[in-house]
Amino acid sequence: MSPQATPPIYPHRHLLGIRDLSPEDIEILLDRADSAVAISRQSEKKTSTLRGRTQINLFYEASTRTQSSFELAGKRLGADVMNMSVASSSVKKGETLIDTAMTLNAMRPDILIIRHQSAGAAALLAQKVGCSVVNAGDGAHEHPTQALLDALTIRRAKGHIARLTVAICGDILHSRVARSNIILLNAMGALVRVVAPSTLLPAGIERMGVEVHRSMGSALKGADVVMMLRLQRERMAGAFVPSVREYFRYYGLDAEKLKAAKDDALVMHPGPMNRGVEISSEIADGPQSVIQEQVEMGVAVRMAVMEALLDSRRNEGRA
Amino acid sequence: MKPPLSRPLVFERARIVDPSRQVDEIGTVIVERGKIAAAGASALNQGTPDGAERIDCTGKTIIPGLVDSRVFIGEPGGEHRETIASASHAAAAGGVTSVIMMPDTDPAIDNVALVEFVLRTARDTADVRIFPAAAITKDLAGHEMTEFGLLKEAGAVALTDGRHTIGNAMMMRRALTYARDFGLVVAHETQDADLAASGVMNEGIYASWLGLSGIPREAEAIPLERDLMLARLTGGAYHAAKISTALSAAAVARAKADGANVTAAASINNLSLNENDIGEYRTFFRLAPPLRSEDDRLATIEALRDGTIDLIVSSHDPQDVDTKRLPFADAAPGAIGLETLLAAALRLHHNGDIPLPRLIEVLSTAPARLFGLEGGTLRPGAPADLAVVDLEAPWIVRESGIRSRSKNTCFEGARLQGKVLQTVVAGRTVFSAAVGT
Repeated sequence: MSPQATPPIYPHRHLLGIRDLSPEDIEILLDRADSAVAISRQSEKKTSTLRGRTQINLFYEASTRTQSSFELAGKRLGADVMNMSVASSSVKKGETLIDTAMTLNAMRPDILIIRHQSAGAAALLAQKVGCSVVNAGDGAHEHPTQALLDALTIRRAKGHIARLTVAICGDILHSRVARSNIILLNAMGALVRVVAPSTLLPAGIERMGVEVHRSMGSALKGADVVMMLRLQRERMAGAFVPSVREYFRYYGLDAEKLKAAKDDALVMHPGPMNRGVEISSEIADGPQSVIQEQVEMGVAVRMAVMEALLDSRRNEGRA
Repeated sequence: MKPPLSRPLVFERARIVDPSRQVDEIGTVIVERGKIAAAGASALNQGTPDGAERIDCTGKTIIPGLVDSRVFIGEPGGEHRETIASASHAAAAGGVTSVIMMPDTDPAIDNVALVEFVLRTARDTADVRIFPAAAITKDLAGHEMTEFGLLKEAGAVALTDGRHTIGNAMMMRRALTYARDFGLVVAHETQDADLAASGVMNEGIYASWLGLSGIPREAEAIPLERDLMLARLTGGAYHAAKISTALSAAAVARAKADGANVTAAASINNLSLNENDIGEYRTFFRLAPPLRSEDDRLATIEALRDGTIDLIVSSHDPQDVDTKRLPFADAAPGAIGLETLLAAALRLHHNGDIPLPRLIEVLSTAPARLFGLEGGTLRPGAPADLAVVDLEAPWIVRESGIRSRSKNTCFEGARLQGKVLQTVVAGRTVFSAAVGT
């Protein structure tokens, strides 16, 4: 896309979930993100698209990776970025999400990035504030920018997403990344498989548009993409699976299990990784791993999303 | 309860539906000195009392006032959510003339002083009859029995731990055994705390997509099955206070077939709504038990029709913005329901699911009988607790019209059919649509 061309308008005020997006919307965002990649690769990384705009990052869960990605994305677009550190804020003193939102809203930000431990928190916030809201992860519900950056990584490596076989492996039950990816990959025409111990699969998974596999061998067979999910430490010790050792034995990605996938299959992980739990170091650092690319694409996707949201607002103002 | 006014009332040309006498006929209801003097087609034979106010009820229906046996009120301890007085205004507007108040107050109704406080406050401030239910266990903690006998003497009409489920089977066995000595019904909501875990809505694909933890149907049915076995073992009177699934209905039906002293209720919410109504995290639809699947809703209606379920409750549970304006999983469960109970239940009549006399029976006559309350009947000599209803009148539930102190209704914006025009308690008009709206 040439810099002069007007990108097609993304028709939403917020990005709360992949569920709200059409395949066309997804394409618009991925195309924009493709151009944003170039900006990050220049030595002069700062643009002025969001100059004078205020972006607030409101993170109720600690997240070095996603928060810094959003922060960098905002800064590269020229926005003024403020990080609300929840640990030291009034939230700790018992202020509710809505009251915090109203307070921040009164400071007239243009864009609010929220991560919260409760599903639906981003949607609730969006009802109460005047600016655009980006969901940076709400409970086990959605993490749309993660799914978009995964899609961008796949599209750049494979040229397309349609008809690819993607295996999502691990803690599907608690994973917002899995839900957003299942929706996005289905919308884009990929074949989605999931594999996990049954204690880590949500009720009704067989009706969520995926093939459910019980073994890594069958799930990875002929796969184009292998997406690993993080297993939270507190879930490893008897509550959902008996031990790290047993989990790695059956569901951890190692060279042996990866052989079932296509030779050029991509290995992905949203991070942070538990090496030796869900993925061996050999694979994480190996030639098929695109885990570092995912991080790079994260910044590009977040730049694209924020630009698109502000364009959409401007367009609304004109209409 | 304020003293009744003395002027007699004569309701003429009304359709009279009185399930306690299998009456469904056009006739007259005469109210004198706080009691029903006569009700039926031939009531006028005994003449109209002197000075009576005559009310033409052509096209209207008179039913015994509803008896709502599961109502949560915030007094004492949560008066910003609801007081006994405000709950009674809501009840009166809904045609509810008797309310059994849950012991989940702060402090809990687990001793004689609290029962007396409720009865005294009700006498001084309430428009309808308020009957306290006492806690089964001290502080609703599930460990030590309360003084069943003294509580009953003080005026408690039932035993229940309200929202809480007693986890300990021995505790439940002893409660059922001991309650039997005093002729008290043990009403219990069942949810296995470990199985429900952090669940906030019905387990299934809707919860999975929303990323919310699910509550399986078995979390209700497993402790319920335990209770039903203990009811068989002890012969105690057990009431399944709020069942929501086909599994639970089947369990109750089996216990009844075995001759156990068992009854069951369903909340109007579980009869009217299903898990899809939660939509995008609408916290007013976070309920306990959770809204279930459409199959469960239909099975619950069927159980009501075939007699497995004996009564309908509003499960009125006022919650303020401090407990509802939160992300779904962080919000408190519960919805108000006193004002919409009748109209929402009438949907079951209008769409042909439940005949009108059966519906009034499960809303009024059956709960009065089960808990030994006066009311639930238009029999001569009974207290004049009744509602005049236009069964067909359409209306839309608006927040601005809600009398309850809390506004957390599941029926906001709903189109309902059936309006309460007048509510009478002990011969005194406590609500009149002409004045009240």
